[in-house]
Amino acid sequence: MATVRIPTPLRKYTQGQEEVSIEAGTVRDLITNLETSYPGISERICDDKGAVRRFVNIFVGEEDIRFLENLDTGVKDADEVSIVPAIAGGMK
Amino acid sequence: MDGLLTPALPLSARLPAAAQFHVQEVRGRPRRAGSIVDLIGNTPLVRLGQIDRETPGVEIWAKCEFANPGGSVKDRAAYRIIRDALSHGDLRPGVRLIDSTSGNTGIAYSLIGAAMGLPISLVMPSNVSNPRKQVTAAFGTELIFSDPMEGSDGAIVRAREIVEENPERWYYPNQYANESNWRAHYDGTGPEIIAQTEGRVTHFVTGIGTSGTVMGTSRRLHEYNPSIRCIGLQPDDAMHGLEGLKHIPSSIVPPIYDESVLDETLWLPTEDGWDMAERLASEEGLFVGHSSGANVAGARRVAKQLVAEGEEGVVVTVLCDRGDRYFAPLKWEKHYVW
Repeated sequence: MATVRIPTPLRKYTQGQEEVSIEAGTVRDLITNLETSYPGISERICDDKGAVRRFVNIFVGEEDIRFLENLDTGVKDADEVSIVPAIAGGMK
Repeated sequence: MDGLLTPALPLSARLPAAAQFHVQEVRGRPRRAGSIVDLIGNTPLVRLGQIDRETPGVEIWAKCEFANPGGSVKDRAAYRIIRDALSHGDLRPGVRLIDSTSGNTGIAYSLIGAAMGLPISLVMPSNVSNPRKQVTAAFGTELIFSDPMEGSDGAIVRAREIVEENPERWYYPNQYANESNWRAHYDGTGPEIIAQTEGRVTHFVTGIGTSGTVMGTSRRLHEYNPSIRCIGLQPDDAMHGLEGLKHIPSSIVPPIYDESVLDETLWLPTEDGWDMAERLASEEGLFVGHSSGANVAGARRVAKQLVAEGEEGVVVTVLCDRGDRYFAPLKWEKHYVW
């Protein structure tokens, strides 16, 4: 299972968990399975056409999936996947 | 028809008495200044003529805060905070101003500090991009780096630790709780809008970050005319991409934020703000940041509502900074936090 790092504004869906484990072969599967375990989370990550929202960055390991194969990017069991909103400002 | 009959009458004579008072206060931007800090504030007001073609009878105007010397609306609060701290003795010889920011407020403190000969220190995570480090370091600001894994919250914690170790050495302004922040807009942005619209402003819309702009400006506009609607704008979700704006329900509420000052809160999707930022560049020639895009998207929504209700109006909003401040890192730089 891959480890998914959840950003602060999405932890309300994961009962406060900073990391969750999800079974997936691609980033697309990972988001689908994330939604099954944590209903409501995927529409904050993807738009109504299923594309990753422009202000959301997803990293597999250190690599931004926009520079890889986007939602088709492969995910291996040991991978760490990070979901990061594209802003530098903090929550204070 | 008043204006046609009295073409030679100065602006001040055509305004109600309350507005005349504000015109006297607003001196306009000097053509020549003794110091760069004298050029803070008194920004131009620009008509968004392409955007408001879609809302006949309702004008949309925007304050060009990117025209401040540091390139953003934050110059106003930073300058007022520093002036008030000097007059109260919080800033004095031997004391450095310290804050945790790599954004517009840090640039504003750095510029003003350089111009006024005041020492400034900024705490930021060590993985912020080089341009963000360089733009403040160029002014002679001391940069203190915090743990890259702890993000901007880690920078805040580190700054507080540094101050607690040696409280007499530092002045920590905390713009979220500092009354000088909103007062900059109460004495600046508010009266400027009244004068620049010749008292015609009917609605004011702007996003909430520290809430200084919306608090100070709204208080002044309501004093001038309680029927002016003042609207605070927030991202519609905790997970958003409108840098500089705060989703209050999921954030620590800034102590200077007082919801009762506002007539309404408007919730905006990130995409609407990003799309409008692109439109402003291509249709109005205004290359501004996403928070400015959000503000104009909010102003347009208010204008459309007025049109739907058969009303006329003059809607004013704020262009916080330029878009080039947010150029994304190049691919080879992408491991930095921008």
